[in-house]
Amino acid sequence: MTYHRQATPLHAARVVAGGGFCLALVLCAVIADHPLVLGALLVAVLGAGVGARCLGELGRVLRYALPLALIAAALNPLFSHQGLTVLARLGDVPPFGQLDVTLEALVFGAVFALKLLVVVLALALLSSTVDPDEMLRVVRRVSLRSALTASLATRMWTVLERDARRLAEARRCRADWREGGAGRAARVAAAAVVVRAVAAGALERAVDVAATLEIRGYGSVRRPPRHALPWSRHDLDFASAGLALVSLTVASRLAGVGDFDTYPTVHGSVGLPEGLLVAVLLGVALLPFTDRRGVTG
Amino acid sequence: MEQVTYAYPGAPRPALRNLSLELAGGEFCVLAGGSASGKSTLLRAACGLVPHFYGGVFSGRVTVGDLDSRDHGPDHMARVTGTLLQDPETQIVMSTVRAELSLPLENRGYRPAAVARGVEEVALALGIESLLDRSTATLSGGELQRVALGAALAGQPLLILLDEPTSQLDPVAGDELIGLLRRLNEEWGTTVLLIEHRLERCLAAADRVIALVDGAIAWDGDPAGFQEWAGRERAELQTPAARLIAAAGLHPAPVGVKQARAILCDHGLEAEPAGEPGGEAHSRRGVMSRRPGRWRRRARGAEPALEVRGLWHELRAGPAILRGVNLTLAAGERVALMGRNGAGKSTLLRHANGLLSPTRGRLHRAGRVALLLQNPGDYFLHERVGEEAPPDALALVGLDGMADRHPRDLSGGERQRLALAVVLGAGDRPASVVALDEPTRGMDRGSKAELAERLGGLARRGAAVLVATHEVEFAASFAERVVLLAEGRVIADAEAREVLAGGWYFATETARILGGEGGAVRPEQGAELLRRRLRLEVAG
Repeated sequence: MTYHRQATPLHAARVVAGGGFCLALVLCAVIADHPLVLGALLVAVLGAGVGARCLGELGRVLRYALPLALIAAALNPLFSHQGLTVLARLGDVPPFGQLDVTLEALVFGAVFALKLLVVVLALALLSSTVDPDEMLRVVRRVSLRSALTASLATRMWTVLERDARRLAEARRCRADWREGGAGRAARVAAAAVVVRAVAAGALERAVDVAATLEIRGYGSVRRPPRHALPWSRHDLDFASAGLALVSLTVASRLAGVGDFDTYPTVHGSVGLPEGLLVAVLLGVALLPFTDRRGVTG
Repeated sequence: MEQVTYAYPGAPRPALRNLSLELAGGEFCVLAGGSASGKSTLLRAACGLVPHFYGGVFSGRVTVGDLDSRDHGPDHMARVTGTLLQDPETQIVMSTVRAELSLPLENRGYRPAAVARGVEEVALALGIESLLDRSTATLSGGELQRVALGAALAGQPLLILLDEPTSQLDPVAGDELIGLLRRLNEEWGTTVLLIEHRLERCLAAADRVIALVDGAIAWDGDPAGFQEWAGRERAELQTPAARLIAAAGLHPAPVGVKQARAILCDHGLEAEPAGEPGGEAHSRRGVMSRRPGRWRRRARGAEPALEVRGLWHELRAGPAILRGVNLTLAAGERVALMGRNGAGKSTLLRHANGLLSPTRGRLHRAGRVALLLQNPGDYFLHERVGEEAPPDALALVGLDGMADRHPRDLSGGERQRLALAVVLGAGDRPASVVALDEPTRGMDRGSKAELAERLGGLARRGAAVLVATHEVEFAASFAERVVLLAEGRVIADAEAREVLAGGWYFATETARILGGEGGAVRPEQGAELLRRRLRLEVAG
């Protein structure tokens, strides 16, 4: 995942507002349990991806996140023995013991997978749309050492990525390149060689990058001055939207709207309040993307 | 610096030996010396990285402004020093150019308005204002170097420490950079300490030269004195201008082109006015083609080693890097590929080898194309030199006695030779083309001469040698033909003596002194020309 500046409202928002909006989506997914609400949040994240022109990036993350979520959903019935609606009795299966697959465990796994997807995609949205340099600047005001470590880590990723690309090219330039064969096994072996070489050089690279941070005076600075820039319409839009999303989700939980229980039996209300909640959540999350004035600033 | 002696952890001998020097405010000082003479270590000591960051055994004292490096680490020393280390790749720590240039200013506690102003000014000074909002991950090597330099200069430090800042820059950008440093030095009183192997590029701008040999100061004085000293003691440090004048039997050793011309004037040897660059006045043999990309090869009577026809490389949703390149290499030819940063040189080499596929056009290779990219260390996968390359390849590059050494223990020059052996491979399947991408980065003159000799040997064995380089002096020393690229197109393709004698930037120092006369591009060629004219004058 890499940040690319784009002419979109979310990119135009300051890090506190844009990052806050993405983290609000994460928080809502953690708080909410109802599949309808989680589904709405998933649509909201994907819609935000469209609005922020990073749907491709989200798609790439989804390729890895979806199998993980499905595995989590499939494993839950094996480990969770709760629930009253038994769908299948599989008998004594080591190491799980007496294995009864229940509807409730399946539903819980599916809801958990949905929740996981929303969280991962919202974090992917954050890293695609929030300027990491700005983020570091904000973190530095809170904790210098953490920011230093984060800066080193984020830069190292790019450096190692370039190293890997270069090493892979150099490998292809070797006179003995074809000797390993051209099959899948040979390709895997070649990739392993490159990964090993990158890993071997990582410490040396980290030292170089850390030396650069030192000579730029990173460790000596006191609390950096605050950027007292006026709040733009996009800053206000996304900060308000994030706040509204969290407030709505918390309020709905307190009011009992969108409650969903899986154990001992699946129970969830589906009615007008839930429908309204879904519509409002979607509206609040996507409305800031409709205002495209001043997005290239 | 007072009596500084320093050894890296575990090193058998010190990198700096009892070294004392004092730089006055506003001095422009060039640090000269061969590879491993201690230049970079001296720079690291001046910015506090030695000993705070690298450890080791340190004695003596380093003071910059009022900061003593024994009491202040590199982060504090950064308030008065701006440092550019050798590898620009690891000197970029932020994700956009603007953030990179802002970082040192923010670290000094500047207010946002002052940061914004500082960033704009340094970007304008270095000509990188168009890069400000670019992601640093998308920058080329030359761009990375300029951005890293911008970060070093942004805080307007008292002392600027630069370790080969032009190593990845083309001749135009390199000359502009030296001009900029001189301006900073003259107008702001900034002290400059500059390491550079290509002394001809910076000597004329310097007030003082310090030469290091084995970690100790061997010469400390003005540039003219340095040239005289180098002529007596270290010929490999002499600039081409000084070698030209000395070889012609003239005195004194000049510091730059202007002074060399003045010496020639004093002896009645003014340069003859040159005609149109690359025109008939330059091409006494009349072999340069009027149409770029059409090299009228001397008959070699064989299939070309490499033939490129109408080659395009167009990025998806991006610019075209190569635009209809035509190029034919004959077996045994030695060709230099030159051009500005981003002209498409590295891309063309990658196409020649097959690392990239053309979006249009075609290539024909008579055999294997061995390609040595910029970082030799990238080629090493094994623990022993003998495992990296077959014995005949090691023998070819002069490493046959080092089969049991670890590749990482080799010197810079030896590493490059080993990498060359790795790409050359066994003798039963020789490469028809040997291509090298910027092979002289960080090399001293002696190593470059050795490399030129080695490339000549490969050509004599029948391989076409194609080298992408920014170094005009190196190109003149090994190439018989120069292909000049600009914005992905071949704009000149002719004998080296014509291309390198006929321009301002892509011309050797000898050619600039002699105004391209007689196509002399190397000091010995120029000296021969001058001697001939002196003999004629005497006879007349």
